[in-house]
Amino acid sequence: MITFIVRRMAASLVVLFVATYLMYLLTAYSGDPLEDLRTSTARNKEQLIERRIQLLNLNVPPYLRYFIWLGGVLKMFVGQFTLGENMNGQQVTSLLGSAIGTTLQLVTVSTLVAILLGVIVGITTALRQYSAFDYSVTFMSFLFFSLPVFWVAVLLKQYLAIGFNDFLQNPSLPAWLIVTLPLASGLIWMGIIGGDKRRRLIVGLSATAATAISLVALLATNWFESPSLGPITIAILGVGLALIVTTLSTGLTNLRARNASLVVVGIGMLIWYPFNLVSSLVSPIVFIVLAILTVVVGYAVGYFMGGEDKGPVARTSAISAFLVGGVIALDRFMQAWKPYVESSYISGRPFATVGAATPNLKGSFWVHGVDQFTHLLLPTLALVLIGFAGYTRYSRASMLEVLNQDFIRTARAKGLNERTVVMRHAFRNAMIPLTTLVAFDFAGVIGGAVITEKVFAWSGMGSLFVESLRRVDVNPVMGFFLITGTVAILFNLIADIAYTLLDPRIRVN
Amino acid sequence: MDPNQKSNQESESSSFEIKEVRGLSQGAIVRRRFFRHKAAMASIFVLSGILLLAFTSVGLDVGFGSFKLQLPGWWKYSYFETTNVENAGDPTMDLIPAFIDGTPMAIGNHPFGQDEIGRDGFARVMRGAQQSIMVMFVIGGVATTIGVVIGSVAGFYRRSVDAVLMRFTDLIITIPVVVVGAVIGRSVGNLGSFVLAVFLGIFAWTGLARLVRGEFLRLRESEFVDAARVSGASNMRIIFKHILPNAIGVVIVNTTLLMSSAILLETGLSFIGFGVRLPDVSLGYLINENQTAFGTRPWLFWYPGIFIIGIALCVNFIGDGLRDAFDPRQKRVITSKERKAQ
Repeated sequence: MITFIVRRMAASLVVLFVATYLMYLLTAYSGDPLEDLRTSTARNKEQLIERRIQLLNLNVPPYLRYFIWLGGVLKMFVGQFTLGENMNGQQVTSLLGSAIGTTLQLVTVSTLVAILLGVIVGITTALRQYSAFDYSVTFMSFLFFSLPVFWVAVLLKQYLAIGFNDFLQNPSLPAWLIVTLPLASGLIWMGIIGGDKRRRLIVGLSATAATAISLVALLATNWFESPSLGPITIAILGVGLALIVTTLSTGLTNLRARNASLVVVGIGMLIWYPFNLVSSLVSPIVFIVLAILTVVVGYAVGYFMGGEDKGPVARTSAISAFLVGGVIALDRFMQAWKPYVESSYISGRPFATVGAATPNLKGSFWVHGVDQFTHLLLPTLALVLIGFAGYTRYSRASMLEVLNQDFIRTARAKGLNERTVVMRHAFRNAMIPLTTLVAFDFAGVIGGAVITEKVFAWSGMGSLFVESLRRVDVNPVMGFFLITGTVAILFNLIADIAYTLLDPRIRVN
Repeated sequence: MDPNQKSNQESESSSFEIKEVRGLSQGAIVRRRFFRHKAAMASIFVLSGILLLAFTSVGLDVGFGSFKLQLPGWWKYSYFETTNVENAGDPTMDLIPAFIDGTPMAIGNHPFGQDEIGRDGFARVMRGAQQSIMVMFVIGGVATTIGVVIGSVAGFYRRSVDAVLMRFTDLIITIPVVVVGAVIGRSVGNLGSFVLAVFLGIFAWTGLARLVRGEFLRLRESEFVDAARVSGASNMRIIFKHILPNAIGVVIVNTTLLMSSAILLETGLSFIGFGVRLPDVSLGYLINENQTAFGTRPWLFWYPGIFIIGIALCVNFIGDGLRDAFDPRQKRVITSKERKAQ
């Protein structure tokens, strides 16, 4: 394994070297880096041109200039790492440093959401193959697949952000929406749950009724102006989530797992009030520590209550703890909503169409969290819509492939219940090919966010790349490329290693 | 679902399938399955409609250097001429019949409206669609040719040839397509969209090459290749006459998928300003040009987008139909009517 990794790394370094050389030449020959100065009317034009030539070594031909750049990169071994400077004399490393955080934020959230949604929808369509639900999801995923991201982005800005901001000014829905939204939710749940006519009818009607009631209740209580969950809703949600997690992971017949999950919900409810008292002191690091602590406590509860099968019970209660913790955090974020919307920076129109954060915003960790949410929502939605379609198709295909295999038939034949067959035997194996895809995609998505960043005016890596390329500013372009290229190679390597770890039939070398 | 019932149904459907295709050649089976794929057939119909509309309406105007080909179209305006702005540039098309909204159905002078300096929206969208479709086919053609050649040579000769070619593929894969596309668009975008498309194709073949190589690695061990070799066929003959026809399913399916992503790539590049440039237009360029005018002239934004989605969706569905047709594991859905008839 180690020889494999070392050999791959060596090959990758050669590939990266040649690729950067190629990119350097392509970029350098793509235009004239002095164009803006040549046409300028500044009195000290000659001087400015001379200075830029000096700064960027423009009198060295590109095929040699590359090695000046490479020299800067190789200096990392002696601690003088540099990626050169851009046209204005700023260090590329510092430019990238501020841009990379923005892009990673965008890409990570959207990729995670897309994977989660895509896998859930893909698996459910595979289980309901050739149903009306399957057909409509297939059509939708083809549609999303064919959407140009910039087009969707403009529509989202126009209708979702501006529309929703208008809605928040005066939260009331037209009658036709109050009728159609619950009906749509009823139809969707009917499709997912499936079954015979009677069962589908019950599911559809109850989903319609539930949506209608909650919608009317939300509107009536002015929930949209000052959203919060409150202890009762948190408790109901917590118990619901705990039961769902238990059903999926061990089955409700496993009393130990069920009880452990419920105990975790109880602990969460006990913590809720004291947590709210001290929550204004929370900083990002404390938040992460708390999240980890939540999972650890959940795992410990499951471990001590697990009896003979500690592993699965501990896993179940850890997932439940994570979700309950998430609900409590969500509640706290919601409490920060009203002060956020009413603050002078926002003035009642919270959903942003451009930028990655409100400049100079002051407030607690929670207010900043809400600010991030309102800025991330649109670009993330645009990226999720498109990424999600691919994951749905792949996980559906992969799940169907697995479901038709002999070991699934064996599992059914030996009398295992449907949950065990699907979750233990099929789902896990269906996820193996998907890991490779995820690794590939993550590498691609960093480069692919170029267009999304431009539409939403995020100053991330993508816009750095586009602007620098437009001015034929080679060093920032190369900095961008060095990062995306390295990430691509690293993730390909990770994909291969993950594949061998997950599927023992495949051996490297 | 009850497992017994499922396996029962499976054997039923496979016997149904066997009865259905008895005595037919592979090509005929594939054709039959494809023609039966309703979404794919509808897509072919719609796509040819779009092609016909785009290429006949504003005519053809292509040229490289001294070679020029110009054919007039039946539409009265061209994509670059400016006319008087009528009715604030509102679209004159009305597809709702008179008995619903009171005004009769009409096409009018400017069915897709006009922009602020009076250029005809329909002519521009048609020209944009021509460019985007042309770029799509050229990228598809170039990438498929390179991908098939590299993949088949690597898969057939293996060893050092394979190692070198696959490292070369890795090299190209390392560069994100949007990135390389932008750089290429920056350098050759002024040479016209055809050149741009060829260059983009040169960087888009990697996925196909990997798949073709995989197919070749599998097929070169099969008996019919041994038989061909024993009867004295040359390597070239084995590659092109024996193995490649058997790998054609993978190639065709992936070419269509490649083309659907190609049109999104081209429009995306034109959108960020590194694709097709003035005086020519493409669908992505039109959207970029008009996105700020969305509040005042939304029609300039809607129509190019609808055409992009239409073309990409059709190509995707055709690809899906082809995959279903070529995939031997694919089982056709039996409609309840047919099940009763059995």
